Amino acid sequence: MDDIAIGVDNVSKLFKLPHEKNASIKSSTINFYKRNKSYELQQALKDISFEVKKGEFFGIVGRNGSGKSTLLKILAGIYSPTRGSISVNGTLTPFIELGVGFNPELTGRENVYLNGALLGFSRKEMQAMYDDIVEFAELEKFMDQKLKNYSSGMQVRLAFSIAIRAQSDILLIDEVLAVGDAIFQKKCYDYFKELKKNKRTVIFVSHDTTALQEYCDRGILLDGGELVEKGKIGRVARDYIDLLNASEEKAEKKKEDIVNQDKKQEPPKRWGTRDIEVISAETLDSREFSQKKIFTDRDKSITLRVIYRAKEKKDSPVYGITIYDSAGENIFQSNSMWLREQTSEITPGLEVEVIWDIPNIFNSGSFTASPAVADKAGSVIYDWRDELATFKVRKTLQSAAFANVAHTMRIKNKGENND
Amino acid sequence: MIRHVFSKKNRALLAELVRTDFKLRYQGSALGYAWSLLRPLLLFIILYLVFAKFLKLGTEVPHFPVYLLLGIVIWNFFNEMTVQSLGSIVGRGDLIRKIRIPRWIIVLSTSISTLINLFLNLLVVVVFLFINHVDLLRTTLWLPLILLEVYIFALGLSLFLSAAYVKYRDVNYIWEVILQAGFYLTPILYPLALITNVTFQKLIMLNPMSQAIQDIRYAAVTHQSRTIYQVFEGGWYKFIPFIIVVLVFLIGLTYFRKESKYFAENI
Repeated sequence: MDDIAIGVDNVSKLFKLPHEKNASIKSSTINFYKRNKSYELQQALKDISFEVKKGEFFGIVGRNGSGKSTLLKILAGIYSPTRGSISVNGTLTPFIELGVGFNPELTGRENVYLNGALLGFSRKEMQAMYDDIVEFAELEKFMDQKLKNYSSGMQVRLAFSIAIRAQSDILLIDEVLAVGDAIFQKKCYDYFKELKKNKRTVIFVSHDTTALQEYCDRGILLDGGELVEKGKIGRVARDYIDLLNASEEKAEKKKEDIVNQDKKQEPPKRWGTRDIEVISAETLDSREFSQKKIFTDRDKSITLRVIYRAKEKKDSPVYGITIYDSAGENIFQSNSMWLREQTSEITPGLEVEVIWDIPNIFNSGSFTASPAVADKAGSVIYDWRDELATFKVRKTLQSAAFANVAHTMRIKNKGENND
Repeated sequence: MIRHVFSKKNRALLAELVRTDFKLRYQGSALGYAWSLLRPLLLFIILYLVFAKFLKLGTEVPHFPVYLLLGIVIWNFFNEMTVQSLGSIVGRGDLIRKIRIPRWIIVLSTSISTLINLFLNLLVVVVFLFINHVDLLRTTLWLPLILLEVYIFALGLSLFLSAAYVKYRDVNYIWEVILQAGFYLTPILYPLALITNVTFQKLIMLNPMSQAIQDIRYAAVTHQSRTIYQVFEGGWYKFIPFIIVVLVFLIGLTYFRKESKYFAENI
């Protein structure tokens, strides 16, 4: 058992939420006598069990309200669990947020000492590391100013510089990266890398699946106060994304209903002679079984079905597709002519189904597809309908560019070159 | 237990919290710390004019002005410490909700900064002792012990009140009324001899604050201050105030320890 840093055993947490809406003196008097009935119970955590090994970077993921913060507060010893127990092997950082106890009326210097004392440092110890803290925060010129005159970025920098001095065996980190500018974020990442290199035990709570996958070894996924997945971080992160997608798909449907209503008022662009009409277009799962709006790493390709109906007799028309990103940038275009697909003659009333299979190389974002049909030479447009289908892509891998596909790299140090 | 309570970490934190408290207390006032001394001084002038000059109260008590001032200073300390401690846990909710520190440190730091204030006030009292040509009594050596009794009594109440206030926000109004009543039920402004009914005198002296204030006056100003020993003329009743102090402290501490687990979620 010596390699276990934290053991969480069947931890549950119930909150009593009092009802405070006593409209009149009369009702509040009644409530006073029936005191025990004037609150409701809320289960924030249900039977959570997991273990964190020593030297492990451990992630806790979950949506807002999933119980992450409650769990973290229980780990930090701020809340006590209603049921179950926590065993901690070693010392633990006592704080879950940066800059706890910062007082705007005190100077930067005074706040450093106060914050240090809260983290368990004596004045002497703080004096010894004071210069380092100030230098790391890059605030040499501001230390004798009151904290209320600091920008929020400066405050975070100061808080972070103190927090990383904490010498505890186990560190709790709650989304510190959400704040600060790019340079500061780099410092955070460097600190994380150092923690990882030094084999420190870290519990990291975040929404950011990229950061989680980059640093964490294992993790847990919480949803509605329950532990739904634990194990390798890759699997946890993927399940988290699935969870997000599932709830987003619901929200998306609602939104679409509203959008559809709007569309009646302002139809998207459509042009052409209408000799052949585009009837519908939708994205599907790979088995062409049901509609699908969100594509993740698991989906190797994006399947798009377009239905056409002919009004006139036409000889081998050309079917085409264009995909735009959310900025309206044309990022993919193809048609049957370029693909050298043979198309047959079409007679009035005939329906044609065209299935596109496009490799899912796209980066995370929203996309629209515009199907079209044209004559044999591709010069006369029969029907072009803009933004007929919409879909989203969500990738775990971070990228700033248009394409986002699984890939690898190899790094070799080739030795010194002393020419 | 005691070793843990006063570990190096906790001592450092306590010192830092007291320091912060003091820095913030006179933040933005022109005279700053001088107010700690000026307040009792001005108070003394008012009391002296009203009670000694206009009402001619306590003419039978030697050095009545100083006698009066000392009583007021002790009561003010008790008042200030309990009132400030009462709100201290809720007031530092930001710390309680976000960091694991021993909760009692917050109450203790508040109590210590009021204690420092008491010593500053006592300095003023000493000055007046000299001005009034009060002879230095040997019994003055008892002073620290009696002050300790007042402090422990106030600390027990502070622990209880601060924990209760987290759950029940009516506590501060109730305590305000009790303090007001206590101020008049304690022989602070009037000499105890003014109460002619002996039973009332005895009842009043069972209050630890009455007992302590009369003892402090006896020890430092004049042996004419009626103490609990004289009121009860011996007998075990004289121990009741001390028993109350010990009980209040133990109950306060137990309740605080029990409740402190849930401070973070109840604030």
